[in-house]
Amino acid sequence: MRKSFLAENPSVLWFIAILAVFTIVVTLLSEVTGVDLISTSFVKTLGKTLCLCLVAIAMDVVWGYCGILSLGHFAFFGIGGYAVGMWLMYARTEGIVIESFAGQPIPPTPQEVSDAIGNQIFGVVGSSEFPWIWGFADSLLLQLLMVVLVPGLLALVFGWLAFRSRVTGVYLSILTQAMTLALALYLFQNDSGLRGNNGLSGLQNIPGFEDASQASISVVFFIASAVALAAGYVFFAWIVSGKMGSVIKGIRDNEARVRFLGYHVESYKLFVFTTTAVVAGIAGALYYPQAGIINPGEIAPIASIYLAVWVAIGGRGRLYGAVIGAAFVSLLSSWFTGGGAPNINLGFYVIQWTDWWLVLLGFSFVAVTLFFPKGIGGLFDLLVRKQS
Amino acid sequence: MLRLLSLALSLCLILPASLQAQTLQDILQTHQDEVLSPGRQSVGVVLDDLVASGLPQALPFLEAWRDREIVRRDSDGLFFRAVEVDDAITLEDLDTGTTTTVANDDGLTEARPNGGVRRAIGDALVQFQLSDPDITKRQAAVDAIARSMDASQLGPLQASIADEPDPALRETKARLAGMLAVLFGETQDARITAIAGMADDLSVDVRAVLNTVLSTRPQVAQSVPDDANIAQVLTIGADLNAQDAYDRLVVAELAPALVTKAQIRDALVANIAGGMVGGVAVRSLNTDAARAAAYDALAAAGLVAPRVTPEAQEAAIAAHVFYLQYDEPDPVITDAAQRALAAVETRVAVSQGIDLGLDALSLASIYFLAAIGLAITFGVMGVINMAHGEFIMMGAYTGFVVQQFVPDYTLSIIIALPLAFAITFGAGVAMERLVIRHLYHRPLETLLATFGISIALQQLAKNIFGTQARPLTSPEWLSGALVFNDVIAISYIRIAIFVLALLFLGLILFVLKRTRLGLEVRAVTQNPGMAASMGINPDKINMLTFGLGSGIAGIAGVAIGLYAKVTSEMGADYIVQSFMTVVVGGVGNVWGTLAGASLIGFLQKGIEWLNPSNTLAAQTYMILFIILFIQFRPKGIVALKGRAAAD
Amino acid sequence: MSMLLEVSGVTVTFDGFRAINNLSINFAPTELRAIIGPNGAGKTTFMDIVTGKTKPDTGHVIWGERNISLLGMSESQIAREGIGRKFQKPTVFEAQTVRQNLAMALKNPRGPFAVLMHKKTGSNAERIEDIAGQVGLSDSLTRVAGELSHGQKQWLEIGMLLAQEPRLMLVDEPAAGMTPEEREKTTDILKEAAKTRAVVVVEHDMEFVRRLDCKVTVLHEGAVLAEGSLDHVTSNQTVIDVYLGRAHA
Repeated sequence: MRKSFLAENPSVLWFIAILAVFTIVVTLLSEVTGVDLISTSFVKTLGKTLCLCLVAIAMDVVWGYCGILSLGHFAFFGIGGYAVGMWLMYARTEGIVIESFAGQPIPPTPQEVSDAIGNQIFGVVGSSEFPWIWGFADSLLLQLLMVVLVPGLLALVFGWLAFRSRVTGVYLSILTQAMTLALALYLFQNDSGLRGNNGLSGLQNIPGFEDASQASISVVFFIASAVALAAGYVFFAWIVSGKMGSVIKGIRDNEARVRFLGYHVESYKLFVFTTTAVVAGIAGALYYPQAGIINPGEIAPIASIYLAVWVAIGGRGRLYGAVIGAAFVSLLSSWFTGGGAPNINLGFYVIQWTDWWLVLLGFSFVAVTLFFPKGIGGLFDLLVRKQS
Repeated sequence: MLRLLSLALSLCLILPASLQAQTLQDILQTHQDEVLSPGRQSVGVVLDDLVASGLPQALPFLEAWRDREIVRRDSDGLFFRAVEVDDAITLEDLDTGTTTTVANDDGLTEARPNGGVRRAIGDALVQFQLSDPDITKRQAAVDAIARSMDASQLGPLQASIADEPDPALRETKARLAGMLAVLFGETQDARITAIAGMADDLSVDVRAVLNTVLSTRPQVAQSVPDDANIAQVLTIGADLNAQDAYDRLVVAELAPALVTKAQIRDALVANIAGGMVGGVAVRSLNTDAARAAAYDALAAAGLVAPRVTPEAQEAAIAAHVFYLQYDEPDPVITDAAQRALAAVETRVAVSQGIDLGLDALSLASIYFLAAIGLAITFGVMGVINMAHGEFIMMGAYTGFVVQQFVPDYTLSIIIALPLAFAITFGAGVAMERLVIRHLYHRPLETLLATFGISIALQQLAKNIFGTQARPLTSPEWLSGALVFNDVIAISYIRIAIFVLALLFLGLILFVLKRTRLGLEVRAVTQNPGMAASMGINPDKINMLTFGLGSGIAGIAGVAIGLYAKVTSEMGADYIVQSFMTVVVGGVGNVWGTLAGASLIGFLQKGIEWLNPSNTLAAQTYMILFIILFIQFRPKGIVALKGRAAAD
Repeated sequence: MSMLLEVSGVTVTFDGFRAINNLSINFAPTELRAIIGPNGAGKTTFMDIVTGKTKPDTGHVIWGERNISLLGMSESQIAREGIGRKFQKPTVFEAQTVRQNLAMALKNPRGPFAVLMHKKTGSNAERIEDIAGQVGLSDSLTRVAGELSHGQKQWLEIGMLLAQEPRLMLVDEPAAGMTPEEREKTTDILKEAAKTRAVVVVEHDMEFVRRLDCKVTVLHEGAVLAEGSLDHVTSNQTVIDVYLGRAHA
């Protein structure tokens, strides 16, 4: 009667197996092993894609399973990136500053070191003072805690406010979008303490590993992203497959009915909203060291809407659908906008994909919503049905 | 000063015949050297004689002199105005105006007044110009005086008021004379009268004049002097921190300078000997305390100046008083200025409040215009259209394109408004037919599908019109502003937007409440099944309603384009605020949208007023406020009640 | 006999319209009660008040032996207190199986972490199968609820109600859209349930009410018009005028 969770969900095992094979193959073909069939920059792209897949499954849980179309989960992703980015930037600048002091006749005082770091980091926004939010930036451990705590607390407070006043449906979407916009606008300010629209940069250089090549760093982050994705997948599969899954799907389909069954719907929504926000933060913390730079533009509401678009194209309400959607659309997007796609010459007009990709994406998204509401994942259903 | 006054006066009076015997050339010949190379002192003699002559030629001569056009013919020592024409030089007689032409400047000496002299001549000219028959010259002279006020200008200015024919300029002159009298009036009474006359004036320059009278300089002394006009005695800690107080003592040379950290560091570096400084190992100099100890050791050895101890600093501060002293020595004057300034500032504050209110009202109108279409599609129909902002953009670009073909701005706006409505109405109907119709009752999917359309339209606009902002020029009669006083002013374009917003409010209310279409819209939104059974075609009504909402967005786009810039992203700038406006106001109610727009407009202006440097922060705080507001009024300001609202 | 639920002096106004007007009505711990009345009599609003969906303007709603007030409690708290509700339109979770539907309703801890750590146990499985048997869905446990017929969905919802083990069941039009055989079975289920708890049935169908054979309350314009056996109330002239007259016209 009592079977283990994994035995009941063979698709999870399949997913892990495919991801493992993929990770091993990419690692073997990378520059690190000397095969060099996959360039370092492409390894980074793949690693970033895995992180996007992770935030996409979080989005799928909150939207596809629980029915909350959050337009704020990419903001949580960005917060995770900022949290880890602060340490990366601080520690690296500290290293540079201490090195520069080594040549001085007398050793620097802590204040001099701090001033010099502040000058390096905040010079671009005309300041050298450390804002209070950088209070823990010297500690990797505390900043990693921030990766989890800040998105978690923000989601908890915002969710509590929104859910208790029974804001649902599109109203909630608009409210989350407003929250995201407020956050982005705040970060755009020069006195936000996070370097305004310059954002944090140089994140690809990992302090303590100055001697390691970008090739090996990229592979390490790629593998870490794969492990995080696998862990996230198992975690969410476990949540949605059990009785919890029943309840949150029930909330999605008929919130009032669940309430009359005696469930405190707000707590469940809050649980899902917060948990997925935390996972989004973790995904962001892995993504931005691979991207190298984070700025407030990344957090803008449009990013969160793209996230919803990926999940919808991949297929809502199935975790692998979110993974497929995120991987497919983000890779396709970088192919088109990166100039990889050949331009089409119509004779009288040349379609340049860098200009027309968004038009294509926009309209294809309308088409998916209208004609394939189950997304790419829905095609699997058709295959399964044909076989049986 | 009297000299300049009489110069100005004599030139505007009918000249006595007896003086006509003397020519300008005669006067200049008596001052050959001063004219040729005048000094700041010597120029006065020439100017005095020119005044005494009362010759009308003196004015053009002064101008020419200032502009370095006066030459002396060395052969006979006569002065001429020289004009270079086609490689030849024309010499113009200063009295008769007859001209002779010479080939080159051989035998000519140019008069070279230096900068200071030219300023003095210029000042004299200003006085001349105050009574010039040409009003633009008089205006320019008044402006020149206002730019750099000087005691010498008061007399001529006052003298020119009585004969000023232009009433507006006369008033300006009187005002300016008043300001000059405040600063440079001869007697205490004259100045106080002038100051009292300022209290009704809100302009920035009057406030500047009063502030000049009240200007202070920081002073430090052993005790407060009895004879000085003291503005304020500063309390250490409250008005002045100890650090700044000590710095003032140092500047006034009443205390020794502090030794800064950088100086300590440099001194230590300079005195390193064998890995040690002042008996401390260089290695351990990584704290301020260790560095101070090492420095003190150096000071004890007499190698460097000793540090000022905190106790010595405190004692030095305690031994002195710090105060602000008025530059104006007369306390009666400063008191009067203080009272006048307080009165002015109170009135300025009130006016600023009113101005802020007008600003907020116009911002509210813009939000209302942007949101009113949404109030129909989202509020009444319940369809969430993320591409609404792009309809606004389409309207604005329609205006831009029309202006490319119709150069008359008034006509082009008249064409653009209905055309924008037609185009966005069509776009709205097409979107409703092709997309939204299939997604009724799936609001989240509607949101995403319309978002897809939004990004596609935005990118299309970028591909067609480029990324740079396109101008949408308003007609002549809409430029300028309605000025109430020096603080309260509102531009006509904002008034037009306000009026447009009112018109739309009326129009929408009329359509929804008084027309067959409105009745059918309400019927379909409340109960589509019942409406259909009564012969209303819900498909058609939905289509028309959506078209109407979209068309209004197009018109709003033209209006917003006139006020802001036209870019492919302008829609995205308004979409979140527009939804907020509808949600905060209360869904399904046009009055609610009005209330929402007013709340958000006034709130944003209010926050900007509290933190004027930062509109980004203002928007952030406004959104946070809205999120909190929805906690307390989840259904908006104007909430629907009853069972209809529960669903 | 002390009452399970006492509603007294309750008034609800929507935009000036009094949906419930000084309503007072009581239920014993074990009884079967039918509530009838014309459209707009306030039957659904009455249920909304008891289950916490609508807050009344005035009045008291007192529950259980400890006489606690239900006003101010949330819907889920009231449900956990032991009041179950079946909606007019069958509302089951169509995307989930019958078993999942019943498992969700089954009386168990309702907190998120208890649910997250929930393990399937033999006793729970037995209870589910027992309830499925009662409502005649034993063979359909693995089917997706959306595939069930209309009548089966009604039964599933009643089954979910039973699984909650409530002390008061509020059942809104259980027989709507059912065949005569299905109605008979529904009557039996409700009668059986009423042996151990209070069951309140709102119904339009007089035949169905007659078959329930229980005390009847007639609501009209938000207040109790008559109460007693079906024969007693149907012979009441006012009831005939305002309700039956129209119903049989």
